[in-house]
Amino acid sequence: MPPAAVVVRDLTRRFGEFVAVDRVGFTVAEGEIFGFLGPNGAGKTTTIKMLAALLRPTSGQATVAGVDVARDPRGLRRRIGYMSQRFSLYPDLTVAENIELFAGLYDVTGERLEARRAWVLELAGLEGQERRLTGELPLGWKQRLALGCAVLHEPPVLFLDEPTSGVDPIARRGFWDLINAMAAAGTTVLVSTHYMEEAEYCNRVLLMSRGRLIALGSPAELRAGFDEPIFALRTDDAPRAVEALQHAPGVVEAAMFGREVHVVAREAAEAERSVPAALAAAPRGAIAFGGMRRVQPSLEDVFVSLVRRAGAATEA
Amino acid sequence: MLSWGRLWAVARKEWLQLRRDPRSMALAFAMPLALLLFFGYAISWDVKDIRLALVNQDDGEQSRELVQAFQGSGYFRVVERLPSTALVDRELAEAHVTGVLVIPPTFARDLAAGRGAAVQLLLDGGDANTATIAQSYADAIVARFSRDIVLRGRRMEMPAAAEVRIWYNPTLESRNMVVPGLVAVIMSIIAAMLTSLTIAREWERGTMEQLASTPVHRLEVIFGKLVPYLLIGLFDVAVTIGAGMLLFQVPFRGNPLFLGGATLMFLIGALGLGMFISATMKSQLLATQLAMIGTFLPAMLLSGFIFDIASMPLALRVVSLLVPARYYIVVTRGVLLKGVGPTVLWVQGLSMIIFAAIGLGLAAATFHKRIQS
Repeated sequence: MPPAAVVVRDLTRRFGEFVAVDRVGFTVAEGEIFGFLGPNGAGKTTTIKMLAALLRPTSGQATVAGVDVARDPRGLRRRIGYMSQRFSLYPDLTVAENIELFAGLYDVTGERLEARRAWVLELAGLEGQERRLTGELPLGWKQRLALGCAVLHEPPVLFLDEPTSGVDPIARRGFWDLINAMAAAGTTVLVSTHYMEEAEYCNRVLLMSRGRLIALGSPAELRAGFDEPIFALRTDDAPRAVEALQHAPGVVEAAMFGREVHVVAREAAEAERSVPAALAAAPRGAIAFGGMRRVQPSLEDVFVSLVRRAGAATEA
Repeated sequence: MLSWGRLWAVARKEWLQLRRDPRSMALAFAMPLALLLFFGYAISWDVKDIRLALVNQDDGEQSRELVQAFQGSGYFRVVERLPSTALVDRELAEAHVTGVLVIPPTFARDLAAGRGAAVQLLLDGGDANTATIAQSYADAIVARFSRDIVLRGRRMEMPAAAEVRIWYNPTLESRNMVVPGLVAVIMSIIAAMLTSLTIAREWERGTMEQLASTPVHRLEVIFGKLVPYLLIGLFDVAVTIGAGMLLFQVPFRGNPLFLGGATLMFLIGALGLGMFISATMKSQLLATQLAMIGTFLPAMLLSGFIFDIASMPLALRVVSLLVPARYYIVVTRGVLLKGVGPTVLWVQGLSMIIFAAIGLGLAAATFHKRIQS
C-alpha cells in the first residue's frame, strides 16, 4: 500500500444551521484517482474547497501532501493544484500571458518556466496560438489550458471540481486521458463529477448525499455490493410506465434510463410477474410491454439506490 | 515572506487587463483632462463685467464722469440706457442686467451747491454673493469719485488709507484656486473608480478563487494591483497640473518633489479606499456607484474646494476631517500658489501618510475576510 496523500477525519463544515459536510472521513493513496460523486448540494465542492484551504473547516482534520490544511494553508498551496468548476483563467489575457501569470504566482522561473510553458501548450494543444485571447478559445481548450496552469508547478496533489461540466463528450474523454497520464506519473487526483461514466475512470469513488459519506469503494466493489435484482424494461411510453410501476408489488424503484426503464426489484420472480400486470392495468389505458431482461447494475443504479436508502434512513 | 516575483506577476497581469479594457483606459487617460477643462472653464468665482443698466436723468459732465468711473473700473459694464425708472423693475426681474445705476436730474445741481448728491444703485439680490461684491465695488468707486471732487485743484493727504495688496494670487483669479483644488477632486474620483472594479470583477468571474488557491499572499495581490494604478495616477496628476499651467496660467512656485511625495501618499490612500470598496461589494456595479458617491461628493463639498471649511457648522467640520482631499488640496494650493514646503505643510503630509496606511489596511483586512469565509 503506497503512502497516503490525503487523510481526512471527521471533516465538518456548517453554514449557520445548515450542515454542508457532516463528519466525512477517508484516505487517498499517492497516485490514486479519487472521485467524489453526488447530486448538487451533496457537499462535494465544499469538501474539495476545505481540502484546498479555500474554506475553513468547522471541525475535523485534513492532511494533504503531509500538510495540515488548517495550520499551514500557504504551505499547502505550494503543493496542490486546484481547478474550479467555473472557468477561472483571465479571458482578457492571451494564452501565453495566463501561463506566465500562474508561473509567476507559483514561483516557476527561468529554464523550468520555458520547459513548463512548452509542456502546457502541448497538453492544451495550443502550440502556435500563444497570442490568442483566452476568452476566444472553445470551452474544451480553455479547460485543458486551465488544467495546465493549475499544474504548472508540478504539485503532488491535484483537485478538480467538476472540471468537465459543459464540455462535449469527445473533449471530456480527452480531458480524462490527461488526468490518467498525470496519475500514472504519480500525481494524486481528487475529482468531483456528476457524470456517472466519469466515475468509472476513478480508482475509487466516494458517494455523498446531503453532506454525508454514503459509500466508498472502487466502481466494481460498489456494483458488487448491490444485492437487489435489476431489470431493463422496454416500452414505448417510459414516463407513464415509471408512474405505473411506483406502487407495483415487489418493485423497489423504477426510473428512466435512456429510452428504457430500470426496475429495481425486491425479488426477481415476483417482479417478473407484477411488472407486466402493472403495465396492463395502468390508469388511463394499458402500456405496451416490450419485454424485460436482468441487467448488471450500473454505477448510476447503485448511486440512486444508495441515495434513496440514505434518505429513508435519515427520515426514519 | 513576500515575493517580488509574485507581486510583479500580479502587477503585470493587472496592467495587461487595464490596457485591454477601453472603459478603464478612458477613465484613466481621458477623464482627468475632460474634468479639468469642464470645471476649469465652468467654475469661476470672479465677479467681473457686472451688467448695468443706466438711467441718467442729469446727463451733465459730472454724471458722465461718474459713469466713466464705473466703466473704467473693469467691474461694471453699461449694457443698456433707459429713459426713465419705469422699466427698471422689469429689467432686473428678467435678469437682463444685474444692477441699475440711477443718476437723478438734480445731481449736478446738488454737487454744485455742495449739498451732497445721491445716486441710486439697484442690485439683483438673487445672487447674494455677486450682489455683495458689486456693492463693495460700487461703494469704492463712488467714494473715490467724491474724494476727487472734494480735492479738485487741491493736494491733501488722507488722514488714513488702507493699502491692500493680495499675495500669492495677486490678480485674485479664482482659477488659480480652482485648478490646484481640481487636481485633488479629480484624483479622488479617478483613483477610487479605477480600483473599485478590480477586486469586484475577480469575485464576479471566479478568478479570485483561483488566485486564492495559489501561494500568492494577499499583500502581494493588493500591492501588485496598486502598482499600475499608482503609475497612472501620478501620470494623471502631472498632466492635469501641466494642462492647468498651460491653459489657465496657474503658477508652480514650490518643490515638485514634495508635491510628488504627497501625491504618492494621497494616491495610495485613495486607491486603497477604492480596493476596500471593491472588496466589500459583491458586484462591479455596486462598487462603482459607491466609489463615485463616496468620493465625489465629499471631495467636492467637504474638502474646502468650493466651500470654506472654517465657515461650516461644527458637525460638517468634523466630517471634513475624514475627507482626504481636504489635506491634499492644502498641499496642492500651497505648493503651486505659495511655494511652501514640508516645514509648513507637514500636518497635511502626515495626514496623507496616515490616509495611505488606512486605505491599504482596510483593503487588506476586507480582502482577507472574504477568502476562507
